[in-house]
Amino acid sequence: MTAEQIIFYIATGFILVSALMVVTTRNLIHAALWLVATLFGVAVVYATLDASFLAVVQVVVYIGAIAIMFVFAVMLTKRNLLDHVPQTNANWPWAAGIAALVGAGLLYTASQLTTFGAQRPALSGDSLMNLGKALVSPDAFVLPFEAASILLLAALVGAVYLVNKR
Amino acid sequence: MVPLSAYLFLSAVLFSLGLYGALARKNAIAILLGVELMLNAVNINLVSFWRYGETAQMAGQVFAVIVFAVAAAEVAVGLALIINIYRRRNNINADEIDLMKW
Repeated sequence: MTAEQIIFYIATGFILVSALMVVTTRNLIHAALWLVATLFGVAVVYATLDASFLAVVQVVVYIGAIAIMFVFAVMLTKRNLLDHVPQTNANWPWAAGIAALVGAGLLYTASQLTTFGAQRPALSGDSLMNLGKALVSPDAFVLPFEAASILLLAALVGAVYLVNKR
Repeated sequence: MVPLSAYLFLSAVLFSLGLYGALARKNAIAILLGVELMLNAVNINLVSFWRYGETAQMAGQVFAVIVFAVAAAEVAVGLALIINIYRRRNNINADEIDLMKW
């Protein structure tokens, strides 16, 4: 096994174990911290895929902003609110069944792809430079990029409006 | 070299774990945690298809960046809604937030 394979399989195991902890832990703070672990694993996976920019953005935006916002939200709501009752609703066997079915369906669909066992081609050019150019080039993705920025602005204004005490 | 199938396996299992969390958990914040897991699974898929396809086409990575922005917006609005509900009803159990159910 090459170093790349070892890193990928360790990251995969780490992601799946910590994701399982996210959905099963009783204490929500611990669930949020397990989410941080999962996001770190996903950043490692991006790095193995040569997506260096996304690996950094994953750490800065997801772990630095989103996961910390979850920790804040957990702390702003009452501690141990649901600690003495089951953490899952009455329909959890159905939820588990649907999740297993969707997972099996995704795996089956993926295995039908002609590129399923594909090996990766060599990188063409500087992918970081290409990504930067694609995000601001008028004949590429400048419109979706601007739409995403307006969405973010609208969402943040909406969030401030929602929690503003009147 | 890791084949594409390994990445697809990882993202399918991560997606179903997130789906289970979003469907089965009682706490509204825990439901959002499940949604985050699903968005991450989608992102792994997008980036791995970019890497194993035509790497000069940046659509996969650009789409992943937009998913980041959508995830940030979703968490901001979702947590604001949950905190607002918590202030008004002192409760974030998704089973009991049923004002709009008839």
